Amino acid sequence: MNSRITDRIATGVFYTIAAIMVALLLYLFYFILANGLPQVTWDFLTSESSSYKAGGGIRDQLFNSLYILVITMIITVPLGVFGGVYMAEYAKPGKLTSFIRSCIEMLASLPSIVVGLFGLLIFVNKMGLGYTIIGGALALTIFNIPVMVRVTEDAINSVPKEQKEASLALGITRWHTIKTVLLPYAFPGILTGAILASGRVFGEAAALLYTAGLSTPSLDYGNWNPLADNSPLNIFRPAETLAVHIWSVNTQGLIPDIREVANGASAVLVIAVLVFNILARWLGSVIHKKLTAGK
Amino acid sequence: MAKASVSSSAHDRLILTKNNRRWDEVRGRALVTTCAVIMIAATIAITIFLAQKGLQSFFVNNIHPIAYLTSTNWNPTGENASYGIFPFIFGSLAVTFLSALVAAPLGIGAAIFMSEISPKFGKKVLQPVIELLVGIPSVVYGFIGLVVLVPLVRDHLPGNGFSLFAGVVVLTVMILPTVTTIATDAMRSLPNSLRQGSLALGATRWQTIRKVLIPAALPSLLTAIVLGMARAFGEALAVQMVIGNTRDIPGSIFDTSATLTTIVTLNIGHTTDGSIENNTLWSMGLILLIISFIFILVVRYLSGRRKV
Repeated sequence: MNSRITDRIATGVFYTIAAIMVALLLYLFYFILANGLPQVTWDFLTSESSSYKAGGGIRDQLFNSLYILVITMIITVPLGVFGGVYMAEYAKPGKLTSFIRSCIEMLASLPSIVVGLFGLLIFVNKMGLGYTIIGGALALTIFNIPVMVRVTEDAINSVPKEQKEASLALGITRWHTIKTVLLPYAFPGILTGAILASGRVFGEAAALLYTAGLSTPSLDYGNWNPLADNSPLNIFRPAETLAVHIWSVNTQGLIPDIREVANGASAVLVIAVLVFNILARWLGSVIHKKLTAGK
Repeated sequence: MAKASVSSSAHDRLILTKNNRRWDEVRGRALVTTCAVIMIAATIAITIFLAQKGLQSFFVNNIHPIAYLTSTNWNPTGENASYGIFPFIFGSLAVTFLSALVAAPLGIGAAIFMSEISPKFGKKVLQPVIELLVGIPSVVYGFIGLVVLVPLVRDHLPGNGFSLFAGVVVLTVMILPTVTTIATDAMRSLPNSLRQGSLALGATRWQTIRKVLIPAALPSLLTAIVLGMARAFGEALAVQMVIGNTRDIPGSIFDTSATLTTIVTLNIGHTTDGSIENNTLWSMGLILLIISFIFILVVRYLSGRRKV
């Protein structure tokens, strides 16, 4: 009898905890969207931010966030995928492999501000480039690689053994098997992982403060020459991203409409993360269905 | 393959493709090995560069390391400049442990809910909820902390709102999904025979959870907590926005405080490269790196003790 009552109480507690988590998420989303969405107008998205007057937008920050994301993924995806292939297919159990695993674990658990410091030290202090997009992208690459490696390794390990063995039994070499059997099968998993990682990169700020900087030069969106100073495509220019912008308007407090700008920017950021999440799930399942001819 | 279809002699089809394949194999191997080497190089480079830079305040500026770590007087710009970072170490440890203390029972509770109580609801609702919580950027957590939590604390609790307490609450929310995700994996990977055996002996579900499942999963559950702590310890911006950033050891949890990460974040941009203050900030960066090493060692130790 007694133990039955404690069992009931415990079950009640677990339900409460689950309810707390759901309530927490609902509150956070409600708060962000209810306060932020009214701010997100076409004008807000397409006008330049202002450094001390009210009414600034987030055009450049939004572009910078996307641009840094693209560059980061261009560097990270090949590195991470091939690194994952190495870990899944080539690494033999032993000291070296366990050392590489430690390295990956370490990169994964580095505080992002430490990654930012490393970027500051190498790109700004040692190489004297100043705050640049490429510096920011490489800093983001550092903690994005472990994610891509893990995702790829898991995806490749989830390929049925028979598939791989059948390919090898036909006399196909290992690399060719990886290229034509393993990677295509693992592709949906890798894609899903990459999109989720993109969401993380998009919201990252601490690693970018001192690598991509807190300012953006005035940009001319008509200028597509990647070497020009005012070209948005120039990778050697400073670039404040959306997440960094939220932090800097709150910390520096120079504009009168901090709340409005930060609310709007948070809403855009969270919506972007939501879109990444939904896209990852949807694309993953669609491609999986296509490749496996399932219904 | 293209080659084989153009020319059809047996030599071309058999020998040349074989050679091509062999070269392909070598190139592929080189490619993936390079990527592995880059990962090692990045790790080693980070360690070496940050260590070299972080040790300068001890070897170039002759600050005594013990005094640096234990002195409570941080006054880098005053006349008698003093570089004691104990208050920040204390702040970092305080927010880390306190937030883990709150997040651990909640996170493990949610994990048990998902794996034992209601797997269906867990998978359909709680799982996506947690994934979305992970996805919310840390500056957004900080911003909400700043505009909601800080005024709330100011109105209903002692102090001016910016406080250790606010930092702990923000971090708790941030590490909760981390702890939950890993703890859920741990609970789900337990063999079903454990549950069935215990239930067959007449134990209730709660008895099974408490006496069988939690002890069996304990090392993995601790790993979940440690990884949550690592995240809390390294978080910079969200904490910085709500903690107040003062240089004294807080007298209560409603006092303002600062952590290693917040001081580094705030000051590294304003100090000149090579100055003593700047070097002491790099030393804090090195301490952050060392402590994140320690977290990994703890995780490794725990995963070595995994029973199931």
